[in-house]
Amino acid sequence: MREITYRQALNEALAEELERDPDVFLMGEEVAEYQGAYKVSHGLLQRFGPTRVIDTPISENGFAGLGVGAAMVGLRPIIEFMTFSFSLVAFDQVVNNAPNMFTMSGGQFNIAVTFRGPNGPAHQLGATHSHATENFYASVPGLKVCTPATPRDAKGLLKTAVRDDNPVLVLEAELLYSSKGMVEPPDEELLIPLGKADVKREGSDVSVICYAQTVPLALKVASQLEEEDISAEIVDLRSIKPLDEKAIFDSVAKTHRVVIVEQDHPFCGVGAEVCYRIQKNIFDALDAPIIRVSQEDVPMPYNERLEHAVLPNAEKLIAAVKQVCYA
Amino acid sequence: MTAMQPGEQRDEVEMLSLMLLIRRFEERASQQYQAQKIGGFCHLYIGQEAVVTGAVAAVRDDDYIITAYRDHAHALARSTSANACMAELFGKATGCSRGLGGSMHFFDRNNHMYGGHAIVAAHVPLAVGMAFAIKYRGEDRVTLCFFGDGAINQGAFHEALNLAALYKLPIVFICENNLFAMGTSVKRSTSLKQIVDRAEGYDIPGEIVDGMNFREVRDKIAEIVDSIRKESHPAFLEVRTYRYRGHSMSDPASYRTKEELEKYRLDDPITRLRAQLTREGKLTNEQFDLLDKRAKETVLAAVKFAEKSPQLPIEKLFDYTYVDGAVAAGVSPAKSGESAAGTAAISEERR
Repeated sequence: MREITYRQALNEALAEELERDPDVFLMGEEVAEYQGAYKVSHGLLQRFGPTRVIDTPISENGFAGLGVGAAMVGLRPIIEFMTFSFSLVAFDQVVNNAPNMFTMSGGQFNIAVTFRGPNGPAHQLGATHSHATENFYASVPGLKVCTPATPRDAKGLLKTAVRDDNPVLVLEAELLYSSKGMVEPPDEELLIPLGKADVKREGSDVSVICYAQTVPLALKVASQLEEEDISAEIVDLRSIKPLDEKAIFDSVAKTHRVVIVEQDHPFCGVGAEVCYRIQKNIFDALDAPIIRVSQEDVPMPYNERLEHAVLPNAEKLIAAVKQVCYA
Repeated sequence: MTAMQPGEQRDEVEMLSLMLLIRRFEERASQQYQAQKIGGFCHLYIGQEAVVTGAVAAVRDDDYIITAYRDHAHALARSTSANACMAELFGKATGCSRGLGGSMHFFDRNNHMYGGHAIVAAHVPLAVGMAFAIKYRGEDRVTLCFFGDGAINQGAFHEALNLAALYKLPIVFICENNLFAMGTSVKRSTSLKQIVDRAEGYDIPGEIVDGMNFREVRDKIAEIVDSIRKESHPAFLEVRTYRYRGHSMSDPASYRTKEELEKYRLDDPITRLRAQLTREGKLTNEQFDLLDKRAKETVLAAVKFAEKSPQLPIEKLFDYTYVDGAVAAGVSPAKSGESAAGTAAISEERR
């Protein structure tokens, strides 16, 4: 194991998959000559050449559709959105074409495409550039959605996504690109299955269910809560769809109290689904109502103080944990 | 249809026979729709037969074709059986999309027919992706992308043309201009005097061809495809044609005059090819009648086949969402298989 950044981990995943399979190519805005808007594809053009690493014009609908079409005839495209906020321009391709093709063709055409890029609010980018899209996309049958929070998960999930025969969205966390973590060396194959959550910290009093940018937040809060003798178990979903129900239920059966901290909006958010499944399946294990911490139900303001107030943050999470623990 | 050798032309009598099959298929589909054997939307191709027939006659069987929702003819032209096509309209498991696609979503992988796409212009980027794959793999195939005059004002169309030109992809954009996008005439939808001028904006060579004339369509597409195979590039063809029926089965087409319709009927593509072949001594009236009789029989047999075909069992409902089956959605397959009482029950059970 060695310590690398989330960005480097993604870069290694891309390089390894491009190296392994000639049917894999990377396409998107600024992925080649510019070396990636967030430098995730740094060096790939030089290593794999312009037929495998391809710059596009600003045409999300066009190149997302190109990826789906190339997948219809057997290629395995990796399509980068500079941010998933821009994927909304390609919503028709991601929602109508990629996941429906397998069904509509009676199983003749599977779409082995990976859509990836940063997702979720970053820092003072305003309403149009701050979308957390996981709940939109996870609600679409036929799509798989994962949300890595650590360099190791980012590498392992992206590599798995590229090899998956279905359309998979890898929703990266912009604020975590420079974060560091321990990852297996490049000569050791690292594949993390979709649909497997990971307990990032064990605890006994409350389960904090989180993903993506809310994982470091939850871990930070867990350390603070420890000082107040509250032991929080941090369950990182890693994949939104498929959802690892077993890991969630196992944790809840142990702690009996749940806070879900998500980066999307509250109405029909990821937490609503998780919450439904917990009460449906292990209602008797609960000692308190489940509380969700999410963004506030407003478009994201630019103002820094207001943005902080909209986002799930430590104060809100601590308050929620204390509430479910009756502390 | 038999596999073609390079340079060989498809037999014109055979192609006339295909046009008859398409015509009779669509007429029977219309009747079965009225008899409520076919659900949803149903868009008929009657009047436009020479377009797809001319196109497939000009290319190889392994070239890719993809179209919009008026797609029955494109599947038939690619040798998808009338049985599989009719069964799809009936929603049966023997259909070319197992009854999961319906009229607007015909697919036939083995015959390189890539759909059947119902969001206007959304398939044009897909076609560009298929052409991208051809070039990526260094093959000499060509993609034929069909769409209507309604598609040319959608963003996806413009993005796709730009990408195809930028990457010099082997694709022919074939606009089947039947003068109406649903009920809106081209004059009311498009700022250009002629649709082909759209291509010029992307530096793509464009031409116009008479879509009621099989030979003209075939020869023009053959010429374009020949050029593309020599050196990969996109091309645009505006094919001027006409649909005799409304936009869909529910449309009485009151936005146009009877005189206009009659004018085009007099220029019928089947009548025209028949007359050409008869004049040249390649077809007798008896032979034509026999072809027509065979087409009608094939279609009637297809209706019978569709009627007696089974539907996809409800237990199979979750098998066509993910390649790896129900497991992928976090559902145990045994669980979803257990409840066959109806989709609502399954939906609840799988939670």
